[in-house]
Amino acid sequence: MSAPLLQVTGVAKRFGGVQALQGVSLAVQPGQIHGLIGPNGAGKTTFFNMITGLVPSDEGRFVLDGRPYRPTAVHEVARAGIARTFQNIRLFPDMTVLDNVRVGRHVRTRVGWWQAVFRTRAFQHEELLITNKAEELLSFVGLAGRGHLTARTLSYGDQRRLEIARALATEPKLLALDEPAAGMNGTEKVQLRELIERIRAQGRAVLLIEHDVKLVMGLCDQVTVLDQGRCIAAGLTADVQRDPKVIAAYLGTRQGAA
Amino acid sequence: MDVFIQQLINGLVLGSMYALLALGYTMVYGIINLINFAHGEVLMVGALVSWTVVTALGDTGWPGWLLLSLSLLAAMAVCMALSVVIERLAYRPLRNAPRLAPLITAMGISLLLQTLAMIIWKPDYKPYPILLNDEPYEVMGATINMVQILIIGVTAMTLAGLMLLINGTRLGRAMRATAENPRVAQLMGVRPDLVIAATFAIGAALAALAGVMWAANYGSVQHTMGFLPGLKAFTAAVFGGIGNLPGAMLGGVLLGLIEAMGAGYIGDLTGGVLGSHYQDIFAFAVLILILTLRPQGLLGERVADRA
Amino acid sequence: MSQDLLSPGRLTDTRRLSVFLASAAGLLVLPLLMQMLGVGEAWIRILDVALLYILLALGLNIVVGFAGLLDLGYIAFYAVGAYLFALLASPHLAANFPAIAAAFPDGLHTPVWLVIPLGAGLAAMMGVLLGAPTLKLRGDYLAIVTLGFGEIIRVFLNNLDAPVNVTNGPMGITQIEPIRLFGVSLGEPWHIGGFTLPSVTLYYYFFLAVVVVAVVVSQRLQDSRLGRAWMAVREDEIAAKAMGLNTRNIKLLAFGLGATFGGVSGVLFASFQGFVSPESFSLHESIMVVAMVVLGGLGHIPGVILGAFLLAALPEVLRHVAGPLQAMTDGRLDAAILRQLLVASAMVLIMLWRPTGLWPAPASRKQVPPTAQTTGAGS
Repeated sequence: MSAPLLQVTGVAKRFGGVQALQGVSLAVQPGQIHGLIGPNGAGKTTFFNMITGLVPSDEGRFVLDGRPYRPTAVHEVARAGIARTFQNIRLFPDMTVLDNVRVGRHVRTRVGWWQAVFRTRAFQHEELLITNKAEELLSFVGLAGRGHLTARTLSYGDQRRLEIARALATEPKLLALDEPAAGMNGTEKVQLRELIERIRAQGRAVLLIEHDVKLVMGLCDQVTVLDQGRCIAAGLTADVQRDPKVIAAYLGTRQGAA
Repeated sequence: MDVFIQQLINGLVLGSMYALLALGYTMVYGIINLINFAHGEVLMVGALVSWTVVTALGDTGWPGWLLLSLSLLAAMAVCMALSVVIERLAYRPLRNAPRLAPLITAMGISLLLQTLAMIIWKPDYKPYPILLNDEPYEVMGATINMVQILIIGVTAMTLAGLMLLINGTRLGRAMRATAENPRVAQLMGVRPDLVIAATFAIGAALAALAGVMWAANYGSVQHTMGFLPGLKAFTAAVFGGIGNLPGAMLGGVLLGLIEAMGAGYIGDLTGGVLGSHYQDIFAFAVLILILTLRPQGLLGERVADRA
Repeated sequence: MSQDLLSPGRLTDTRRLSVFLASAAGLLVLPLLMQMLGVGEAWIRILDVALLYILLALGLNIVVGFAGLLDLGYIAFYAVGAYLFALLASPHLAANFPAIAAAFPDGLHTPVWLVIPLGAGLAAMMGVLLGAPTLKLRGDYLAIVTLGFGEIIRVFLNNLDAPVNVTNGPMGITQIEPIRLFGVSLGEPWHIGGFTLPSVTLYYYFFLAVVVVAVVVSQRLQDSRLGRAWMAVREDEIAAKAMGLNTRNIKLLAFGLGATFGGVSGVLFASFQGFVSPESFSLHESIMVVAMVVLGGLGHIPGVILGAFLLAALPEVLRHVAGPLQAMTDGRLDAAILRQLLVASAMVLIMLWRPTGLWPAPASRKQVPPTAQTTGAGS
């Protein structure tokens, strides 16, 4: 197996009196879909927020693409190559669909505002590139031709796809999805799964938190299972699925959140 | 030393009035997340109404304390009614509007009240008659008069009464519940509209009281008198921790003390470069410092960013 | 297909061009027309004042409209620009500081093409300085702190006449020179080919040119990477950060760039009015400019221009009809009071009736009907 894209070891985090995470490790292989599951309160969101720079860890080592990864500010995360979506979908609601994706290109472009004021050739050229790339991404996620609509008018499923397109615009090495299937019906989940598989086909790695265990088992190459702040199983999906500890952790809880 | 004692007294008097005004800001912000920009103007209306009553009854020969009390009642009644009407007509329709809208409306109401007051009462400064014995008493080398003693005393009693109301009555419980979680409070049978109206009314009554105190203490009233105290009282509310009642009281008193001490000593501190006309800046300096260093205020709780 | 005639796609290019040309022509001949029709200079003066406010509103629009930062102390930048020109182009400094009188024996007559960039630069620096402490503050607090800054500036302007007389305190600075452009002083009537253009008309054309530049700059900023970044920060700062936007720098840029418009407008104002005093830079003015932006249509350049024009010109117009009203109400209602009443009522009523402003950005068309919807991946 090649070196993991994201290697996290020994993460711990305490909130007041609660040890939210202890000794958690995880490795996301390049070009693979990695699921992060576990019952409610297992610490998935805390761990996720740590990777995406919102919460600092008490202990732990993070290595991204062979280099130590320690974001001190949230905006450094995307630059380093990790882009995320949010459980509650955080779009820019009153901007157009196209502009939402174009904002995603911000971190990979560099033309300054003074060049915009003078409409230099460099500016016009870069704007063209940004727009083309954005439209490409809209097609990729299935929102072709809808660029002019206001983001808030899209349906829930389409908003989710837009959010993914925006994250992809930052050219991430790792796409981190926070419960992307939340609130979706069966058809939408199928479409989501196909989209994520196409993202993998591009060579990107995907890390996702999900409650829908069926979706995770069908989609992910590898899975890490958390329970009460600790990692109780990790590895190939098929193995984890049969792991008695995992089954025990889920007994008594509803399988599949949808 | 006498400067110190004198400024201490001045600070307590000023701080009492700020505390009363700050409570109105903090209660309204706590319950509907709105900075009631027009609250300072309520103080002004209270003072002007009181002046009108006192002037109208001036020839009756009734004792000063009676005139003062009657005018206070009138001021409170008018201010409470005004506040409730403003809330109903201008703020309630915008409860779910984008953030900027209620703020602009509040600023508009503030300007409207000032302008209407200027039209009704004309722009000149009016002297507020001396109704109580203004003979100064000596205290440790400084002076204090009856009005100032009353201001401090009445404020203390009012604050105690307010805490009783908030913690011991049904209305108080309803107010606290609505401030914490309006939807759940509603499910428990609380009528949010009534509670919000009551909150505005109580805040207005306190502001009217502060207005009468201000008029009696400084001896004059005018339509712009409420603006600066309003801003400073808001600063005091933030200083103490917005949404926190004891915080508003503490913030108000502290701010009054800071301002008085600052005004008293700034000449010495800056070698004469800055005089006491810079007094107004202290409140803003405090505001900026507090929001930069400890945004939750003295008694407030840390509020995390919504993730 | 949408029936909305005003949506950008509907107006054909030729129609838009003709609208544009007609307005441009109209704006250019307006003061000449007014002059020929015998309309008093006072009315052209109103246009000049309105143009200054439009410039202010455009600047504030960058801060409030594009970036969503509620700045209630914006007038401070206006003051900075005005006082800068006042100091650099009037006898005040020479009269109060012998060293300067010695260095400039003819007095200080700094040319406008130098003061405008200086004013813009100074205002930009102040914008960044005043914006920096506010970066972590939420909307309401940001408003109050910026308001505080504005007031602090005003207090300093009012009191910096001792120990050294920099601003001449409440009396302000007078005898400020009019602008000279290509040898022509805008403060005197200009005779050209048998026609005489009064000073107010000269200022009109200069201000109009500056405003046009400001509109172009605003528009180009809006449709750029930075413009989109501002809007992203306005819409959802957390999501913006997650997409790699350095929101701190983006906000500082908004403060700085927005402030430059204020600074330039201040320079123009000082020369136009000939004197400056702290009175012109009160909180009322700051709130007026905010009202212009919000009531006009937050973030929408044409709306902002409309809002500024209405709130600046209408009250001045009222001044001329206020006479009889004043007599009727025993002097209680004069022009200044009517103006305040109008602005205040407008703020309350428009927010209740149209919270997005009189002329907001056109809403995009709604969803395409379900039958035409694509099925997404794999279809």
